[in-house]
Amino acid sequence: MKVTGAQAIIKCLQEQNVEVIFGFPGGAVIDLYDELERSDITHVLVRHEQAAVHAADAYGRVKGDVGVALVTSGPGATNTVTGIASAYMDSIPLVVFTGQVPTALIGNDAFQEVDIVGITRPCTKHNYLVKDPNELVPIIREAFYIARTGRPGPVLIDLPKDVVNAKITFTEPKPIKMQTYRPTYEPHPGQIAKACKEILKAKKPVIYAGGGVIASNSNEELTELATKLNIPVTMTLMGLGGFPGTHKLSMGMLGMHGTYYANMAVSKCDLLIAIGARFDDRVTGRIDAFAPHAKIIHVDIDPTSISKNVKVDIPIVADCKYALTAMNRWFDVQEDFKEKEQEERIAPWFDEINDWKRKHPLGYVEEGDIIKPQFVVQKLHELTKGEAIISTEVGQNQMWAAQFYHFNKPRHFLTSGGLGVMGYGFPAAIGAQMAAPGRTVIDVAGDGSLQMNIQELATARQYKCPVKIAILNNNFLGMVRQWQELFYEKRYAATGLEVAPDFVALAQAYGAVGLRATKISEVEPVIKEALKTDNTVIMDFVIAREEGVFPMVPAGKATTEMLLV
Amino acid sequence: MKHTISVLLQNKPGVLSRVTGLFSGRGFNIESLSVAETLEPSVSCLTLVTRGPDHIIEQITKQLHKLIDVIKVVDISESDYVEREMVLIRVKAESHTRAEVLRVIDIFRGKVVDVSPKSYAVEITGPQSKIKAVIDILKPIGIQEIIRTGTIAMARAKKF
Ligand SMILES: Cc1ncc(C[n+]2csc(CCOP(=O)(O)OP(=O)(O)O)c2C)c(N)n1
Ligand SMILES: [Mg+2]
Repeated sequence: MKVTGAQAIIKCLQEQNVEVIFGFPGGAVIDLYDELERSDITHVLVRHEQAAVHAADAYGRVKGDVGVALVTSGPGATNTVTGIASAYMDSIPLVVFTGQVPTALIGNDAFQEVDIVGITRPCTKHNYLVKDPNELVPIIREAFYIARTGRPGPVLIDLPKDVVNAKITFTEPKPIKMQTYRPTYEPHPGQIAKACKEILKAKKPVIYAGGGVIASNSNEELTELATKLNIPVTMTLMGLGGFPGTHKLSMGMLGMHGTYYANMAVSKCDLLIAIGARFDDRVTGRIDAFAPHAKIIHVDIDPTSISKNVKVDIPIVADCKYALTAMNRWFDVQEDFKEKEQEERIAPWFDEINDWKRKHPLGYVEEGDIIKPQFVVQKLHELTKGEAIISTEVGQNQMWAAQFYHFNKPRHFLTSGGLGVMGYGFPAAIGAQMAAPGRTVIDVAGDGSLQMNIQELATARQYKCPVKIAILNNNFLGMVRQWQELFYEKRYAATGLEVAPDFVALAQAYGAVGLRATKISEVEPVIKEALKTDNTVIMDFVIAREEGVFPMVPAGKATTEMLLV
Repeated sequence: MKHTISVLLQNKPGVLSRVTGLFSGRGFNIESLSVAETLEPSVSCLTLVTRGPDHIIEQITKQLHKLIDVIKVVDISESDYVEREMVLIRVKAESHTRAEVLRVIDIFRGKVVDVSPKSYAVEITGPQSKIKAVIDILKPIGIQEIIRTGTIAMARAKKF
């Protein structure tokens, strides 16, 4: 069948079951937009291309599928870079289409030409410049395949204008088999047996679960393993929701702003079982002091993650779901494995952990009528019954959300973990709302970060996304201020946001609803009002200005050297 | 430790910059790099020489393998192998040194590939140790220009 390049792209998107894409038009993609408009695919017109990528990222996370963004050449393409780099760091599957000048003009410094393939090479899983129209369809299919398989990630396709307009033959899809790319899903049975035997010997085991558990949808398998063997679980920022946060085995998050007991447990454990995590420096602190007494088992689908930062004793290259299932089955057929014995062997370890929990629970100091941000997050949790999809900006707001909203399910916490992009949360909330129209979606925001993509209020309104923004407004770039307070003798260089918008009035200017709480008693009514409003709402919580996030492991220190509340 | 790594990759635009970008982006060092088509025109073979502790070399080979366009990565210095490099040297050759230069070239089984009244251009092939020896000897006589190909290498076939 003969079609145009633009028609072929739409057909490919439909073939991949793409229902919603996020984008912003321009000359180089005008033909594609013309075709898109006539298709049944919903296009969400953002107000800045960075937001399109963050929204696609969150849409994909919530759906458990590939998010798609479409932008024009030149500035449209360069505006996507932050979003792509964030998705790359967090292993989020995305396909980003960028317009490009006609092939004949490439290299001529044509109007709005930029070498986006060159620019994004180090922050994409793979990328393509389509030069031959006949390659267009196979490339799109391969791009989706690469984005969603193995360790997921963003893939970019650069589309010269003449390729979009070319007449091509649309071929039917065939199963994709690549000579050079074959991710390992199945674990090595010998390694599984080795790991399981080690688990049976351990007296102080800890499971350290990361984003890989969520990417591979293996939260149930993880819960089965942890409960069967009675092993306490701690999660990374990206792993939150991979194991129920309110479960008695959960120790919450570990790392720089992890719980006291999670960090203590990791530093005293004799076996660390890392599942789909990558030993990031925000998790490990000073690397030689990380889990110093432990043997380490590491399950990861990406071989480069293994023994990159920390030497691993038992590496298992596999999809977490396959590996966890294999471990669970191994214990099932073990004749002499008794859950009771296992429990008794580990009991003294729980005494230690519970002792740490009693000594230093997560908490904060109340201060009369002043609103504490942790209280706001606790109230959000309570009033949404822990069921909301929460996105965050970056900084203190992000850490308070991670600490105090106890996620019980995967794909409910959306945050820019690896890159830490201020401005991620609001477009992400819009993407999440497009993926889950009936659900409550809340962006836990900082007053600084929100202003990095505040223009998306128009997008939220246009597509009737009733997302709720909860600004933990400290009138500071709070996280940086906290570092200045602790390590720079309170010299607050460039962290005071001296001029700030009236967020309530700003919401109203966009036709959204603005609410404000300035004292504790107003918090609950404001949240309740927001939750029953069928419109985009900004809740401006004026909080204690110099509140800090604790515990805190100062950068480069051992995780046991925590500053506490 | 020095490692010679052989990489088979798809012969497509941009592939080489994926490899070099990986090295610069992650702070790995490249001592030499040489690349050309194989018998199969859609596949190139790249030989690179790098240095680093074992865990870095392990990362280098894994990261190379992770590139979508890379077909195969072998650290050939892990087993028995032959390596060769070719060098073109323009060396000063005036009346009193012409004979000596020719003698040196002969000892190293080199060839004169260009002659002028005041210089010879010579071609020498061999493992790095030999190239280094030749350069050390010709230096005092006066090297005017030097172009090296970088190392290429091949694992030795199994003998039994
Ligand atoms: C795009 C970007 N620029 C700079 C930073 C560095 N940074 C990290 S947290 C932070 C402060 C964020 O302020 P705000 O959004 O008000 O959040 P708070 O910490 O006050 O909750 C800054 C500037 C960043 N993470 N991202
Ligand atoms: Mg702030």
